[in-house]
Amino acid sequence: MPCDHGGLCGLTAGQAASGYDTGPQAGPARDAVARVVIASDPLAVRQGLGVLFATPLMRSLSADDRGTAEIVLAEALNNIVEHAYATYPGTIELTLTCQGASLCCSLIDHGLPMPGDQLPAGRLGSPEDLAEGGFGWHLIRTLSQDLAYARDGTRNRLSFRLLTGQSGA
Amino acid sequence: MELFAEQRTGMLVVRAMDDRIDAAGAIQFKERMRELVQDPSPRVVLDMARVTFLDSSGLGAVVAVMKLLGPGRKLELAGLTATVEKVFRLTRMDSVFVIHPAVPEALRDAV
Repeated sequence: MPCDHGGLCGLTAGQAASGYDTGPQAGPARDAVARVVIASDPLAVRQGLGVLFATPLMRSLSADDRGTAEIVLAEALNNIVEHAYATYPGTIELTLTCQGASLCCSLIDHGLPMPGDQLPAGRLGSPEDLAEGGFGWHLIRTLSQDLAYARDGTRNRLSFRLLTGQSGA
Repeated sequence: MELFAEQRTGMLVVRAMDDRIDAAGAIQFKERMRELVQDPSPRVVLDMARVTFLDSSGLGAVVAVMKLLGPGRKLELAGLTATVEKVFRLTRMDSVFVIHPAVPEALRDAV
């Protein structure tokens, strides 16, 4: 099933969250939003993911969906830490909303823009070359839908959907 | 990054004791492994049964350890959990490692 409110995936974190808070089902829907703000270092990413995956929203997912979400979110966060915040520190605002069979993910940072304001292609090399990197964007692109990047003034915004409830995904 | 190494006949079994090999621990993992694989055992098996999460930095570190072993030895992996297995499969790196479901009985029993 596609995202019920596909447009919401593209909203900023604040808009998406306030939309839920004022909605007719604010009680249960509150659990369908999770937000963490993570400092730009690898240990903070690890701890932030720990907090995120303890929220009711993430605990409601299957083990397989949680695994997929952790792979994609970790890669996206690590990329921001390593590249966007390569020369100065900052924070990353990560917001997840549950929309039908999709988990809509939004990451906002105030770091350097993507080179050429474009997402990397994420092409895998040959496994036999034994490269020690270049896996991250391949994993993100393989496991997510509707991947989008925008440079908005001094902000980077990355958004994508993760399909949930897929058997054998 | 805690690693527990056991010498067996003809092999070194290294058990990763932490539940993550990620960007925050990948360098330390590689450096600890660099020390451990000085052991001249012809086979090196990394037991990953306790590792529930591996990101691309962790994967890169495992590949780096394989290269540390040199041309005569291959790094063998054992006990991949579901998410770790998915990362190896989706990056096709499962094709360059010998992967065992668990540390093989024959190895475990050999002294």
